[in-house]
Amino acid sequence: MTTSTTRATAAGLSSASAVIGGEVTDSSLRRFLHGLPGVDAVGADQRAAGLGTRSIKTTAKAWALDTVIQMIDLTTLEGADTHGKVRTLCAKAVRPDPSSPDCPSVAAVCVYNDLVPVAVEALRGSGVHVAAVATAFPSGRAAMDIKLADTTDAVEAGAHEIDMVIDRGAFLSGRYLQVFEEIVATREACNAGGHSAHLKVILETGELVTYDNARRASWLAMLAGADFIKTSTGKIQPAATMPVTLVMLEAVRDWMAQTGRQVGVKPAGGIRHAKDAIKYLVMVSEVAGEDWLDPDWFRFGASTLLNDVLLQRQKLTTGAYSGPDYVTLD
Amino acid sequence: MAKMGTFEYAPAPESRSVVDLQPSYGLFVDGEFVDAAGTSFKTINPATEEVLAEVGEADAADVERAVAAARRAHTRVWSRMSGAERGKYLFRIARIMQERARELAVLETLDNGKPIKESRDVDVPTAAAFFFYYAGWADKLDHAGFGPSPRSLGVAAQVIPWNFPLLMLAWKIAPALACGNTVVLKPAETTPLTALLFAEICQQADLPPGVVNIVTGAGPTGRALVEHPGVDKIAFTGSTAVGRGIAQQVAGSRKKVTLELGGKAANIVFSDAPLDQAVEGIVNGIFFNQGQVCCAGSRLLVQEDVATELVERLERRLMTLRLGDPMDKNTDVGAINSRAQLDRITELAAAGDAEGAVRWSAPCELPSKGFWFPPTVFTGVSNTHRIAREEIFGPVLSVLTFRTPDEAIAKANNTPYGLSAGIWTEKGSRILWAADKLRAGVVWANTFNRFDPTSPFGGYKESGYGREGGRHGLASYLHSEGDDL
Amino acid sequence: MTPPATRAPARAEVRKTYKLYIGGKFPRTESGRSYEVTDSRGRFWANASQGSRKDARDAVVAARGAFSGWAGATAYNRGQVLYRVAELMEGRRAQFVDEVSRGEGITRPQAERVVSTAIDRWVWYAGWTDKVAQVAGNANPVAGPYFNLSAPEPTGVVAVLAPQDSSLLGLVSVLAAPLVMGNAVVLVSSRDRPLPAVTLSEVLATSDVPGGVVNVITGDAAEVAPWLASHSDVNAIDLAGAADLDWAALEARSAGTLKRVLRPRDGEVDWAATPSGPARILFFTETKTVWHPKGR
Repeated sequence: MTTSTTRATAAGLSSASAVIGGEVTDSSLRRFLHGLPGVDAVGADQRAAGLGTRSIKTTAKAWALDTVIQMIDLTTLEGADTHGKVRTLCAKAVRPDPSSPDCPSVAAVCVYNDLVPVAVEALRGSGVHVAAVATAFPSGRAAMDIKLADTTDAVEAGAHEIDMVIDRGAFLSGRYLQVFEEIVATREACNAGGHSAHLKVILETGELVTYDNARRASWLAMLAGADFIKTSTGKIQPAATMPVTLVMLEAVRDWMAQTGRQVGVKPAGGIRHAKDAIKYLVMVSEVAGEDWLDPDWFRFGASTLLNDVLLQRQKLTTGAYSGPDYVTLD
Repeated sequence: MAKMGTFEYAPAPESRSVVDLQPSYGLFVDGEFVDAAGTSFKTINPATEEVLAEVGEADAADVERAVAAARRAHTRVWSRMSGAERGKYLFRIARIMQERARELAVLETLDNGKPIKESRDVDVPTAAAFFFYYAGWADKLDHAGFGPSPRSLGVAAQVIPWNFPLLMLAWKIAPALACGNTVVLKPAETTPLTALLFAEICQQADLPPGVVNIVTGAGPTGRALVEHPGVDKIAFTGSTAVGRGIAQQVAGSRKKVTLELGGKAANIVFSDAPLDQAVEGIVNGIFFNQGQVCCAGSRLLVQEDVATELVERLERRLMTLRLGDPMDKNTDVGAINSRAQLDRITELAAAGDAEGAVRWSAPCELPSKGFWFPPTVFTGVSNTHRIAREEIFGPVLSVLTFRTPDEAIAKANNTPYGLSAGIWTEKGSRILWAADKLRAGVVWANTFNRFDPTSPFGGYKESGYGREGGRHGLASYLHSEGDDL
Repeated sequence: MTPPATRAPARAEVRKTYKLYIGGKFPRTESGRSYEVTDSRGRFWANASQGSRKDARDAVVAARGAFSGWAGATAYNRGQVLYRVAELMEGRRAQFVDEVSRGEGITRPQAERVVSTAIDRWVWYAGWTDKVAQVAGNANPVAGPYFNLSAPEPTGVVAVLAPQDSSLLGLVSVLAAPLVMGNAVVLVSSRDRPLPAVTLSEVLATSDVPGGVVNVITGDAAEVAPWLASHSDVNAIDLAGAADLDWAALEARSAGTLKRVLRPRDGEVDWAATPSGPARILFFTETKTVWHPKGR
């Protein structure tokens, strides 16, 4: 382990040890994380389904659609991504619906880190952030110094937000301290050299499988200083689901109650329809509370979602159903 | 970025235009709607106090006609029909209920005051499911475990309550008909409308006349029905006081009786429970249907070391409950069914105050018209308090604490009732231990208020006897070798 | 008729005092009363304790105290314990034959058959203990991710009015059934033919049936039964022995706490017939249904 990692760990240790009430070690983390209340999967599924039955109409729907747009991290994470593709996406991010001047911009554009300079350039002055996936996204299978270099690279290229992945292998084999230290070190890298990029920690809940794991990973990430906890890379099925996001919202709510520090939540992958996104907003509002109904504290990692929201938005404005030729491709 | 503000749900009212309310309704006897010989009474919408319709009040002569019709239908048609044919009528009814689900849901909500969300997602689909389930039994009774060729009992008198009007009708009529009985059913006087719509469904299904008869009315109508010498079977769901009266009335007769009565269920939360789901279970347990549920988890028994945290979580959750127009699809808590019921809830809650328990109610604006009571939690409740002993039948939770598993069980069982109980813990062996010890007919572990046509339901002790639902529910409507003890 | 004895026998017989059986002990009736029991020809046979309402009260307390232990015993254990009663009855066969023959006025060969059938009835019921739940319980395939199981459990304290005529076979038939699943019983014997019930008490006292699980009150059901019917801590009542009493009134009294009431059957009952199934056992059970979610 490098010297810088050790220092970073030392910085993170003090606040985490206050929460877990002792020295941060594999075994103390295990005791703390396994001491969290369990999650009954069926009950969590039902609660999420119940929230999904809310009927959001008229003014509430209009507000919700615009809020969803402002919470989108418009994402392209393909091997085939090009400068042109990213510039087009950035244009769409700033002005999602050219036919509607009052349509808000999205929150951020999310790209691989080699494309950060292109996005930064395209979004300059727009208020739309640039988010970069880092730490050997999506698998996270690389040496730590490579992951940190990956992060530093993105931060120095101007990324406002870093979406890192945790080492799911380490988590699943109980090496909680390793996961903790990697997050702490990555956070340090986000703040190095006078930068202050926000750190979103991707748990990849589809690989953690159980809600108990999702809850523990959420707390582990928050203990290590995550600004956001994020469900998924989008490369693994299932990606974001209502119940797993519910569990994470409960975690940030309880973390806030315990530490006074607010942490954001980002479901990513698989949210394609405005109707589904609105269900997530209902859940944010009723589970975490209204403090989270804000792009600073809740994001959608999505690509096709935006166009469906725009179609619904046009329907609300005109009263007639719209079609795909009336929104831009990207 | 600026804070976005609050998420105000716009009104999302279900349309009542799907329901074709008539100004007045008669009784359903021998396949036809007929005027009651007696007087009539008004049924109102408890959320607005608006009169919905005039309904006939059946007197003894009307009951006589209905029982006679049921007897004829039993003797001449229904008991002679093959089980397979009977089953097909029940399947037909189930399908029509699904087709007319929205209409049934709207009518139920108008007449009862429960949120449309519940009538739409719980009452009506579960009622249809009961008919589907028992339809399939009609030609398989030889294999139900009650001996070969079990016979029907004859005419069943069925008296049901106002808290789940259509669902209780289904619980009663579906197994009775599947077993070859004919029925005379009396719905509650405050909620007769879905039963009358069901009568129309029987007509649509071409159910032979007299197999199902609906007599509307209040207590005297029910008494006339129960006491009628021509009925072979009595099935009652309602209060323990009325159930006791029925048990006395039938004493010395050969009428077979099942009673599904009151409860004061303990919902036990251990400190290692899945707390977020426990909170949901508590909310569902006592605020579902405004707490007007016989198996409601009205006594929260929480382990002392987690009590403060749990109550905080619970109160935070209750702040998000939406009380108001039952027809709004986002309403979680609807109206209390009647002025009388509201008065009883109010009186018992006042007793809780007077006895020194601490009342907390979710802050919500109560509509100016109609019958309303906010979701309420009493902490600092002792076993001696009335609110810990008497069935409130409203959205009022009494919180008590315990220290050890044995104390939890002792407190849970310390009641004359024994309908249901809940256990919340992540420890499997403790669940099974507690489930053994609890003297209650239904034990929900890490869940609450789940119902299913295949699952028997019914109580211990003063919560009544007999089971409804599942294979066990057939025994209540069959004359089998077990009756010749 | 033998002529009156003109002198004392060589040895004075030690006569037996017939007492109640409550909580594993043999107390005299709290009331201090006894009544004459005659044989089938009306000749004096013995003095039996005439149980009272207070004896009933004590018996219910004893039964309630014994209930949880008996109900909580394994079904296998209950089966062994009940089978052991049959074994011990076999050892006392001669006494039972004598009492049944003399009390019911049947020949010794007939009484032999009655006693044999009664012993076999115990064996039949003993074998049910670990099978009832399998026959009467089942998993319920609910439409959701839940484990759901229904199984019978004992009702609690059961008052049993034993048949008046069939003093051993009827008695055993109505007593063994509620014991199978773990109920505790307060039994009121046949009024006129109580001695087999007392002898059975002695068998039970030396068996492995825990004290208080069976309590036997001799005397008049007409006097004692109303107190059992109205007793709040009695959960069920078997009116088999009340066929010629006002059983409707007893049923009405039982309604106060919603007891499960097994009505007497119309007409004569053939207790010799093997029961056609476990219905009598099941009458004194409650079906409990347990739900649990199935999740990762």
